Amino acid sequence: MGERASHGDEDGVASRERGFSLGRLMERHGRWLVILPPLVFLLVFFLIPFAFALKISFAEAALRIPPFSDVWQITADHHLKLTPSLRNYAYLLNDEVYAVSYLYSLKTAFFSTLICLLIGYPMAYAMARASKATQGILMLVIILPFWTSFLLRVYALEGIIRDNGLLNAALLWLGVIDHPLKIMRTTFAVYLGIVYSYLPFMVLPLFATLEKLDVTLLEAASDLGSRPWRAFIDVTLPLSMPGVIAGSMLVFIPAIGEYVIPALLGGPDNLMIGRVLWDEFFANHDWPVAAAVSIAFLVLLAGPIAVHQYYRVRQLEH
Amino acid sequence: MEKRYSPFLITVLGIGIAFLYLPMLVLIGFSFNSSALASVWGGFSTQWYAELLHNQQILKAAALSLEVAALASTGALILGTLAAIALVRFTRFRGRLLLTGMVNAPLVMPEIITGITQLLLFVSMLQLVGWPSRGMTTIVLSHVAFCTAYVTITVQSRLATADRSLEEAAMDLGASPLQAFVDVTLPIISPALISSWLLSFTLSLDDLVISSFVSGPRSSTLPMVIYSKVKLGVSPDINALASLIICAVGICVLAAGYLVRRGERQRLADAQLAAR
Repeated sequence: MGERASHGDEDGVASRERGFSLGRLMERHGRWLVILPPLVFLLVFFLIPFAFALKISFAEAALRIPPFSDVWQITADHHLKLTPSLRNYAYLLNDEVYAVSYLYSLKTAFFSTLICLLIGYPMAYAMARASKATQGILMLVIILPFWTSFLLRVYALEGIIRDNGLLNAALLWLGVIDHPLKIMRTTFAVYLGIVYSYLPFMVLPLFATLEKLDVTLLEAASDLGSRPWRAFIDVTLPLSMPGVIAGSMLVFIPAIGEYVIPALLGGPDNLMIGRVLWDEFFANHDWPVAAAVSIAFLVLLAGPIAVHQYYRVRQLEH
Repeated sequence: MEKRYSPFLITVLGIGIAFLYLPMLVLIGFSFNSSALASVWGGFSTQWYAELLHNQQILKAAALSLEVAALASTGALILGTLAAIALVRFTRFRGRLLLTGMVNAPLVMPEIITGITQLLLFVSMLQLVGWPSRGMTTIVLSHVAFCTAYVTITVQSRLATADRSLEEAAMDLGASPLQAFVDVTLPIISPALISSWLLSFTLSLDDLVISSFVSGPRSSTLPMVIYSKVKLGVSPDINALASLIICAVGICVLAAGYLVRRGERQRLADAQLAAR
């Protein structure tokens, strides 16, 4: 009886201690309940896919499901046999369509970014000078297209620039032209489409930096005899560089990989890398080559993405 | 900044905004055109909207897209909020840099690369573990991944400015850290949570490229159906559908903007009250 009671007591102590240590465990490791779900999810569904793409870029296209060969096999005597193929990468280097379309995408993205900057900077500057109440409204006005479907906005633009679209109708009616202008399926249409789609991405970060700009610095410059234009070049522009870089990266990087705009508005000459990748996948069904193009593309994008990450982290720390 | 109005700046801003909005307004206008010819105004009519109601393909795709968007934005809200808490509150932990990178990278990663790599993951997983087969599941998973990034960024910036002393006060009064967070901080950041859910919802609803890669043969989302029609040129029923979507997104964004602003005002009022 006494033994039992003492047993019970010990059990009680043990369970209380267990409870206590469980609490301590929660306290010490509870943060992992917060950290692990997003970390594991993004690891599995965002980062690890790149590892699979890397693996499959060394496979060969095959008539099976999924349509590529194995990169490694376990042989009968339990040895790992690697059978990587460099065929896809050799193909990328030999077939000039990839290099040409990549360079063409870079060029298109660069000039679109420049145009966005030239239009977006004065817009953001005007917004930064508006009163607080107006700023709130203008922010919403710029954000609204930012969240509206890309596809639908490109489609809406097509309605304006088609051969029988509103622009041509207006110009014909005004007598400026006597034949409809050919805008659709030209390089100009691709630029117009990219600038139209990505302009808000440029304006918002620019506005965020210009809004915080210290006015006293400009006043100091003008007190010291600087003309407004010089004060802009010497003071405002350098101070707004973080916004310029953030906005440019937000336009430049996605624009290189753009698929919808060149496919809907561009002609056959506007061969951007996103379009080549799409066709490789959906028209040619060559998944290993598509994987190799993605990996090569990603390696080339690593520089700009690192610049973007660097500025974002720095911005968050301030 | 100094409040001086320059005619040049105002003009550029005006033209820029007109440039952003004109095509959408024209599209909405022409959705009420009774003529099937896109360039001729044949009088006011709502017939294209009525026709949408009988288009089974579009209705089915719309139902799928709404379901995907609801699931994906809810999943992203949970994961993104956890990630934001981790990044703002836990300054040092193993994997912090990795997590920072993974929530920021999707914002600039070209969609086409995300789409291809995720598809390759899904087919490899199906081969290895027999799950998931391509269809709604894979679309939801890939949407959760990129929406999580947007939720994290939004909630992170809101959480970083939330006053921690309130939570500390609650803990001094005997609340557990979890209780203090749920009862004190969660209500404060709730406008950011609602607006990031709404924005995830519209992002998921809009996605064409990633969905095209990861979807199965029988699961076409609304943007996929629209794209296949739009490739062939302008069509009046797509005008009507596009107008409906643009208006729905507009309402969502205005609601989100209103909530955020109301939250800010509330915060300012609370701060003034506390200072008194």
